[in-house]
Amino acid sequence: MSTAEHNEVKVQVKNLTKKFGSLHVLDNISFDIKKGEFMCVVGPTGCGKTTFLNMLTKIYEPTGGELRIDGELADPKKHNLACVFQEPSSFPWLTVEENLKFGLKIKKLPEKEIQERVETIIRIMGLEKFRKSYPGQLSVSSEQRVIIGRAFAMQPDLLLMDEPYGQMDIKLRFYLEDEVLRLWREFGTTVVFITHNIEEAVYLSERCLILTNKPAAIKEIVENKLPYPRDIAGEDFITLRKHITEQIKWW
Amino acid sequence: MERKIRNKDPLGRGLGCHPYVYTMLSIAGILTFLFVWQLLLVTGVVSDRYISKPTELFLLLIRKFSDKSPDGSTLPIATLASLKVAVTGLVLAIVTGVPLGLIMGWYKGADRFFSPIFEVLRPIPPISWIPLTIVWLGIGLRAKAFIIFFAAFIPCVINSYAGIKMTQKVLINVAKTCGASNFTIFYKVGIPSAMPMTFAGIRVALGNAWSTLVAAEMLAANAGLGYMILMGRSFARPDIIMLGMVCIGALGALFTGILGIFEKRITGWRR
Repeated sequence: MSTAEHNEVKVQVKNLTKKFGSLHVLDNISFDIKKGEFMCVVGPTGCGKTTFLNMLTKIYEPTGGELRIDGELADPKKHNLACVFQEPSSFPWLTVEENLKFGLKIKKLPEKEIQERVETIIRIMGLEKFRKSYPGQLSVSSEQRVIIGRAFAMQPDLLLMDEPYGQMDIKLRFYLEDEVLRLWREFGTTVVFITHNIEEAVYLSERCLILTNKPAAIKEIVENKLPYPRDIAGEDFITLRKHITEQIKWW
Repeated sequence: MERKIRNKDPLGRGLGCHPYVYTMLSIAGILTFLFVWQLLLVTGVVSDRYISKPTELFLLLIRKFSDKSPDGSTLPIATLASLKVAVTGLVLAIVTGVPLGLIMGWYKGADRFFSPIFEVLRPIPPISWIPLTIVWLGIGLRAKAFIIFFAAFIPCVINSYAGIKMTQKVLINVAKTCGASNFTIFYKVGIPSAMPMTFAGIRVALGNAWSTLVAAEMLAANAGLGYMILMGRSFARPDIIMLGMVCIGALGALFTGILGIFEKRITGWRR
């Protein structure tokens, strides 16, 4: 991706505020996400990260502020949004192939295009032999790959990932983190990745957005210019991780 | 990465025998039951004045294929008459009850509109509709099917309602973020999610339909398995009563088997 393209603003978040009755969850959050950028969002547990994501996916309407994609107010019917949720979210009654087609069919893409995209994802994710399997017949990691693949198949304007590896062991997490980076590079997707794992955030992100405790506001947006693939034991990596940890501390 | 799919139960229940062995075990179960039944009567532990031997029932079954006594119709005619009533009532209950339950479970307005009526109708025993049914619909097929309908309708509604209510929120959210309309989410996510519960409801409905058959055929029927049982009572013929019962049981099992095939096709992903 060219530098000029990379500097183009894809998503604008302006004064985003959310209140559930008297509970003030998000407070006046504003930032931009560049086209094709990988942004991680970290913050203390219960600070409102998932609420923040649900606003971006338009599952919740904000109390105040707005979200724009390519200058237009975000609308799932108009824009291409995709989300990988914290809990397993494959459709158990659909085969792997049908799961990958799900969003594309809702978007009413031509059958040929759907087939091409699904084949690409199946090839990249190594899902050939599971094509006709149901999610219940797959291991947890294979199922998660289907869910991630389904999100990338949408070729979304904005891909949101909410602690997708929260329940996984370290080996699986490393493997899927590399997988997500590979897909991101391949498709040039704009990604917002929510995590409570600071190491994961440093490993993946180009920029890291740190939220404060509730009501969540932006504490700092950290630029992460470490070259990929990143070495988690490298000096710069550890320094950055320590800095984010210091910023996140609420105790 | 793939979980191995073997004959062995994944939870380790059972020894993981060949399917043929399990089929044989089911047949052996039935044969043992019949053998014990026969043995109790042959040895005189139970008097044959009150209960017939399986062998006698088998001979009666063959005879009843052409013999009209004592209820006035042969077994195939009685079976066909009962089938008509049960299937009409059951099919009506499924085609109205399942969509109603699904719509009530998904759309709050429909839920609020139908729930009060449904909650009042629900506790009314199906057989208490008999007197009114005679007044409204007479004593023909429609009237009998109506009684069966009431018995089968309630579980169809309740289960599909509960099934769609249990749709995982995350799956709804996935469809929502894809830009799906509420109706698209209803039929692409809600309905498939509700299917296992709906089938469980249809299974209960099936049982209710057959168990209400005798009551429905009290409505001045002139043929049918329920009617055959009633006639058996009037003529003090336990063998006829038992034959009627066995036939209803066998038909019920057959229907459950057929339903199982449909269920496997639609909810095969649960295996």
